[in-house]
Amino acid sequence: MPMTTDQIKVSIQRGEDRTDVFDVPAYENQTVLDVVSWIQQYADPTLSYRFACRVGMCGSCAMMVNGVPRWTCRTHMSKVCDGDTVTIGPLRNLPVIKDLAVDMDPFFDKWTAAEGVHHPSASRDDPIASIDPETPQRVTANAGIECINCAVCYAACDTVATQPDYLGPAALQRAWTLLNDSKDSARTDIIDAISGNDGCHNCHSMGSCTVYCPNELDPMSAIAGLKRETATAFFKRRGNA
Amino acid sequence: MGGHCDMNRVKGSMSRAHPLWLAYIVHRISGIILALFLPLHFWVLAMALTDPTRLDGFLHLTEHSLVKLAEFGLVVLLAIHMFGGLRLMALEWLPWASWQKTLAAAATALAFLTATLFLLNAYGG
Repeated sequence: MPMTTDQIKVSIQRGEDRTDVFDVPAYENQTVLDVVSWIQQYADPTLSYRFACRVGMCGSCAMMVNGVPRWTCRTHMSKVCDGDTVTIGPLRNLPVIKDLAVDMDPFFDKWTAAEGVHHPSASRDDPIASIDPETPQRVTANAGIECINCAVCYAACDTVATQPDYLGPAALQRAWTLLNDSKDSARTDIIDAISGNDGCHNCHSMGSCTVYCPNELDPMSAIAGLKRETATAFFKRRGNA
Repeated sequence: MGGHCDMNRVKGSMSRAHPLWLAYIVHRISGIILALFLPLHFWVLAMALTDPTRLDGFLHLTEHSLVKLAEFGLVVLLAIHMFGGLRLMALEWLPWASWQKTLAAAATALAFLTATLFLLNAYGG
């Protein structure tokens, strides 16, 4: 839908009770990040926000746009404008540092809490392992590895909203890719990390993570995979005991 | 980790207008209403043992059109909740590819269509 107005009314949520409204010139080709940058450069230099690459690779510019978490550098205004107005706020479910910049620490802490780190199965002295990209396991792992850590899924998740310690979609999807990675050696550690009180079984399959993921990944199905895997591991352990 | 996460987290409203979330909430709400209905259901059933005449009086109520409508609602809720549960189990326990999910949904829709046509035929003919 092409823009029909010359000016856009942009509401920026800056803290609990403060919303500032700016008139921003509309252009044919304009992203949400362009609008935020225009405000910072021409209207209010005190506006804080975060971005780096501007091409959807770094995952640092996600914000709430009209109540939907989005990567702002690759979201065109024509897609989100409600008439000639738009509301932009900081990412949901994370502590705000200032204005549109949130503290990503809890998000990254959970990434490691879910054992989302590489557990090497060989040393530098070993020959490079050959990986067949066609095996079902590798295909499953590949489905989730393009995550850019933007925390859109984390902001979209109602379970994170009601249960702050829940590991969340991104960290759990990472655990799922590692579980399917033949180069990773810590299967049991990963399963223990994601099957606890804050783990995958909190997920209610509401699907907002999958619907809003800007890279079109599917964390909900990855978490379903973890649920199956933990259930299988549980019965196996009981069988061995 | 907990305390840190709680620190002035943005509550904010979020748009949930997508089929996956709607399927979730419809499943939940139908479940809650059915759970509220169950004690009443058992109480009336128990009358068969404790007070059969009162049960008969109660069963006469079912001829009332309003009660018939409520029964219809109940069957709808049961159907919604059952298929919601089957959907959830299929979603979480079967590692389907998306084209397989589309096929399964199409097969279910086709089965319903066939069954409905049969039903219409049985009553209409």
